[in-house]
Amino acid sequence: MSAASVPLPRTANFDVARIRRDFPILDQQVNGKPLVYLDNAASSQRPRAVIEAIDYYYEHDHANVHRGVHTLSQRATDAYEGARETIRGFINARSTREVIYVRGTTEAINLVAQSYARPLLRPGDEILISALEHHANIVPWQLVCQQTGAQLKVIPISQTGEVDFAAFERLIGPRTRLLALAHISNALGTIVPVERFIARAKEHNVPVLLDGAQAVPHSVVDVQALDCDFYCFSAHKMIGPTGIGVLYGRESLLEAMPPWQGGGDMILSVTFEKTTYNQLPWKFEAGTPHIAGAIGLGAAIQYLQGIGMERIAAYEHELLQYATARLACIPGLRIIGTSPQKASVVSFTMAGIHPHDIGTILDTEGVAVRTGHHCAMPVMDFFEVPATARASLSFYNTFEEIDRLVAALEHARQLLG
Amino acid sequence: MDLKDLYRDVIVDHNRHPRNFGRLDPADAHADGYNPLCGDRLTIYVNLDGDRVSEAKFEGSGCAISVASASLLTEAVKGKSRAQVQELFDDVHTVLTQHDANVDASRLGKLAALCGVREFPARVKCASLCWHTLNAALDRATAPVSTE
Repeated sequence: MSAASVPLPRTANFDVARIRRDFPILDQQVNGKPLVYLDNAASSQRPRAVIEAIDYYYEHDHANVHRGVHTLSQRATDAYEGARETIRGFINARSTREVIYVRGTTEAINLVAQSYARPLLRPGDEILISALEHHANIVPWQLVCQQTGAQLKVIPISQTGEVDFAAFERLIGPRTRLLALAHISNALGTIVPVERFIARAKEHNVPVLLDGAQAVPHSVVDVQALDCDFYCFSAHKMIGPTGIGVLYGRESLLEAMPPWQGGGDMILSVTFEKTTYNQLPWKFEAGTPHIAGAIGLGAAIQYLQGIGMERIAAYEHELLQYATARLACIPGLRIIGTSPQKASVVSFTMAGIHPHDIGTILDTEGVAVRTGHHCAMPVMDFFEVPATARASLSFYNTFEEIDRLVAALEHARQLLG
Repeated sequence: MDLKDLYRDVIVDHNRHPRNFGRLDPADAHADGYNPLCGDRLTIYVNLDGDRVSEAKFEGSGCAISVASASLLTEAVKGKSRAQVQELFDDVHTVLTQHDANVDASRLGKLAALCGVREFPARVKCASLCWHTLNAALDRATAPVSTE
């Protein structure tokens, strides 16, 4: 298919120009060219509504939460806990007791590894992950395996980047204590059919943790419908602030888990003889939290809900299809990750051109993509590439920006190919 | 920033057709260089004639800057003494990092093609990897002459 024959999808019902006006950072020149920001899987940008919610909090409402009877402390607490309710609704948790604020997906997984898995694991027990995981869903399990003598088992992936369900069925067994899976792969874009994996895990009474860092910004996530036990995500990948994220946990499991960190806010009473821990969710929130971050995350969710996650997913799917078709026309370009079910991530290599050179050449054209191993070195090893270039698309990207990407890649090919 | 300044003809040529590419077996000294974030990976092999580099080869994979830099290095250090290699290392380091570099171009020869890299700070590490790797190789090679 030639570039000219790739049809431009209909976008009449999605006013991307209006959306872009909400994101001040997008309106700038980089190296003399209008910025084309295609590194959303690493971190997305923030709309004015999020920036203003954080500003407003610091300008009017800041005080510590859960501590004072004074007005500002009450306002700060209301805003902080109000955001928790917004998050609960967004992921359809049963209760805000199941919504724990953490620094991000990485901290959420470490919390589960140390507070849920570590006391449970015995030598010879097994943790099951897949071969497409981000390092954040590998290393915490390696650490807890070293601490307990448990073993890490890895479900292989196929050449298209899909998790091998038949292999999973062979690997899950009486020693499996937890299944930890990415919902969407950051390096490949694969949407893992987690419902199928969860259903089979339940038959073995194996709890399931999902790394939802890439899924929450791009799809409807309903933790009750999924029937997962833990769900982890970061605000900064979903147009919210850095340094804040969420661990959703099934209440009965969280209730049984010991606190992860000790300190203020996570206690009811302390004497030198005995400390009584606070109730959920505060049992897991030691110390003064990232209050502004939580409020910013709440504003981000409200912004996303204003557009609608179904509409966002549909528009991003059109972007993905267009980008995939356009990139496939470039001679020597190989797309890494070709699962039929994909989120708007296109990882690729170009014959004779190292991804780092692609990244530099694109940057001089104002086009920002990620190059490297994407914190998924085992995925790079599997596809036998040292690195890839990755364009990750968000709902504020346009078809014209994909054309700019393609033109910049043609330039790279002329220069180095 | 002009891309043509970074990807000069000499760089593009040495990336497409790296010189002295391959393994030296046996080698008097060798060392590995690896930038895990980039994925640039190379091994430098040298044979020595007394204090002089009689032969230098490299293998590995990386971006155009790292491959071309290593290729240029193997040409440039051949026949040079340890002290001359160090001088060259210092000159290359200077042109890679200093805007008002005052380095005699005739001393650099083809290595002068690397001076466009300084406009791209993120890529300096790609160009310098092979030089640090060579230093590591030479340091090991001279170890037997320790005075202990």
